[in-house]
Amino acid sequence: MNLDEYRRAAGEWLRENVPTDDYPEADAIARAKEFMAKLHDAGYSGITWAKQWGGQGLTQAEDRAFAEAARDYTLPTYVFSIGLGMTGPTIADRGTDAQRERFLRPLLRGEEIWCQLFSEPGAGSDVASLQTRAVPDGDHWVINGQKVWTSVAHHADWGLLLTRTDVDVPKHKGLTMFVVDMHHPGVTVRPLRDMSGKANFNEVFFDNVTIPDEHRVGEVNDGWSVAVTTLLHERLSISAGVGMGGQKDNPASLEALRRVLDTDDPLVRDELVELHIRSRALALFNQRLAQETKAGIFPGARGSAAKLLLAELTLYQADLATRLVGPEAVLADQPLARAISMAPGMALGGGTNEIMRNIVGDRVLGLPPEPRVDKTVPFKDLKVGTQA
Amino acid sequence: MKLVLSQEQQELRAAVRDFLRTASPLPKARDGYDPQVYARLNGELGLSGLVVPEEYGGAGAGMSELAVALEETGAALLPGPFLATAFTALALSLVPDKELQTGIAEGRITATLDDTELTHDGGTASGTLTQVLSGADADVLVAPARGDGSTVMVAVELAGPGVTRTALETLDVTRGQATIVLDGAPARVLGPAPETGIFDRLCVALAAEQLGVMRAALDAIVAYAKIRVAFGRYIGSYQGVKHKLADMHLKLEQAESIVRYAAWAADESPGELPEAAALAQAYVGRACFEVARDHLLLHGGIGYTWEHDAHLFYKRAKADEVLLGPPRIHRARLAQLLEL
Repeated sequence: MNLDEYRRAAGEWLRENVPTDDYPEADAIARAKEFMAKLHDAGYSGITWAKQWGGQGLTQAEDRAFAEAARDYTLPTYVFSIGLGMTGPTIADRGTDAQRERFLRPLLRGEEIWCQLFSEPGAGSDVASLQTRAVPDGDHWVINGQKVWTSVAHHADWGLLLTRTDVDVPKHKGLTMFVVDMHHPGVTVRPLRDMSGKANFNEVFFDNVTIPDEHRVGEVNDGWSVAVTTLLHERLSISAGVGMGGQKDNPASLEALRRVLDTDDPLVRDELVELHIRSRALALFNQRLAQETKAGIFPGARGSAAKLLLAELTLYQADLATRLVGPEAVLADQPLARAISMAPGMALGGGTNEIMRNIVGDRVLGLPPEPRVDKTVPFKDLKVGTQA
Repeated sequence: MKLVLSQEQQELRAAVRDFLRTASPLPKARDGYDPQVYARLNGELGLSGLVVPEEYGGAGAGMSELAVALEETGAALLPGPFLATAFTALALSLVPDKELQTGIAEGRITATLDDTELTHDGGTASGTLTQVLSGADADVLVAPARGDGSTVMVAVELAGPGVTRTALETLDVTRGQATIVLDGAPARVLGPAPETGIFDRLCVALAAEQLGVMRAALDAIVAYAKIRVAFGRYIGSYQGVKHKLADMHLKLEQAESIVRYAAWAADESPGELPEAAALAQAYVGRACFEVARDHLLLHGGIGYTWEHDAHLFYKRAKADEVLLGPPRIHRARLAQLLEL
């Protein structure tokens, strides 16, 4: 089957199988699991993953063809996005065969949901300064600590957990990665309301949680290199999604605004022209990156440039729209009130704008890195988190 | 839509870049127009005939290829009538003229284009053109002229009788302008003036030059930030500098995407061209000046000196930004095209 046929077949399958009817929120997880099983049966789950572990063993070309066919649909796969985009690929790259055998197929079939447990209250941009401890105890490890910003943790069966196993060495050298059972006694998941009032992520507490050593991913104290693998996959999956979402539901889009504003006012017109210019500039950049990827030019750190621009556009757009619309924009049931309230999220999640600028500066422009004061200091002597 | 350069386009870029690196290095940009460089540019690379049809001795290439060439001449701040001749060649693609197009393709004729309307009586033209790009250097002027109730395009030999040229001192020392007064100068009618299309093509061509100017400016300051030390560190390691450079890079990425798109539209999708052209000038013109400005500022005091090249980019960027009119006209056109 050539690529066009593959894309057409995928399109047909999606048209018949993506659920379009309304269903109660409470059923969402069951529906998502059901859909993933069907997706796997049809051969569209884990397209590039190895056959041996439940994937289809195909190439990036088929994966892209499927993504193109799927662009017209909203797939009910959100709860699996962390597993499919980050933790699954990490297990595939760095896990043992026993771990691949145990975890990958159930993930691809939608039987198990995953979350990623890296960030902590004291370790955000500087995630390697995390403090959650893992202490060996026979053939087990005992975990104590707290994670934060954990998407889908309240639904998750498994988590990829980064812990500190040695405080006497510099921070990057004393970390170890585990797979943790989210149903284990001592794991407490607490929904964390964000500034929009919704609980889109969680705090997760570990109180003497035990993990068998066979669930360690990578060597003891080599967790940082495993985490780098995960973060690379995270950035790729974010930048692959950048520009995919349409503007059709955005209350701050040019199309939405021109319906409610007096465009005879030259000041309004010029503001809308500016919005058009910035939106088109980013959309065309995203399309160029996509075309380059197709031509075999790997975007690498330039994906961070696209993510940064999307964050800035999101903030600018919601801010502009509320200013143009005026007093009614701040009524809580207004879509614009929600838009301005959610806008900062894009500039913080998946790396802050400042971190993105560092990445563009260091890796795209090749600028000299900042001197590091923490490279050789044993973790126990390092200032971390918030200290007076 | 095609936003990535083909193999051939990449080869063209490499060839022009290599040629200009030796034939027209930056220090030479201050000396102004060098006809010998042009002769080689046209002879060895055939650049002047890039968009001239093959039947008139050109390469029959499109805006996408011209954009690649203009990006490089922009990056080199190439002095002289290259952009003006390219503008004219683009106009002639809508008002074909064998004599002029052949001359341009062979590198015998440099030309300039102006939109000031002249008057003509069939054989001669008159009028005052206050600011003509490369007006003191070009051999031929192409402009609209009114007579007998219709508007036509005419060509005037600038070295001929009835022509007074006064070179103007301009902000951009690398490329000049002139006032041209025509008083019954012999003028050849090329054909009816097209109602639309010329201006859009000029917008795209200029944006390609601006893309080159901003790329070269960014490259220069990034290179400097890697070797200049202050307080014991390379200045590029400070976030105050690094983050600004990152933002300049973002502008460059978006500008390149817009230029590729607009050039593709000119070649393949005429319906999209007006909006793409207005977008190109509205975004790239501003972005180019901002990058050139910040590149100068980040150099520190040395960037403010006459001796340093930073001001050459800064001034070319400003001259380019207003070359086709005050930038608000591009924004106003966008508003109109979007039916706002």
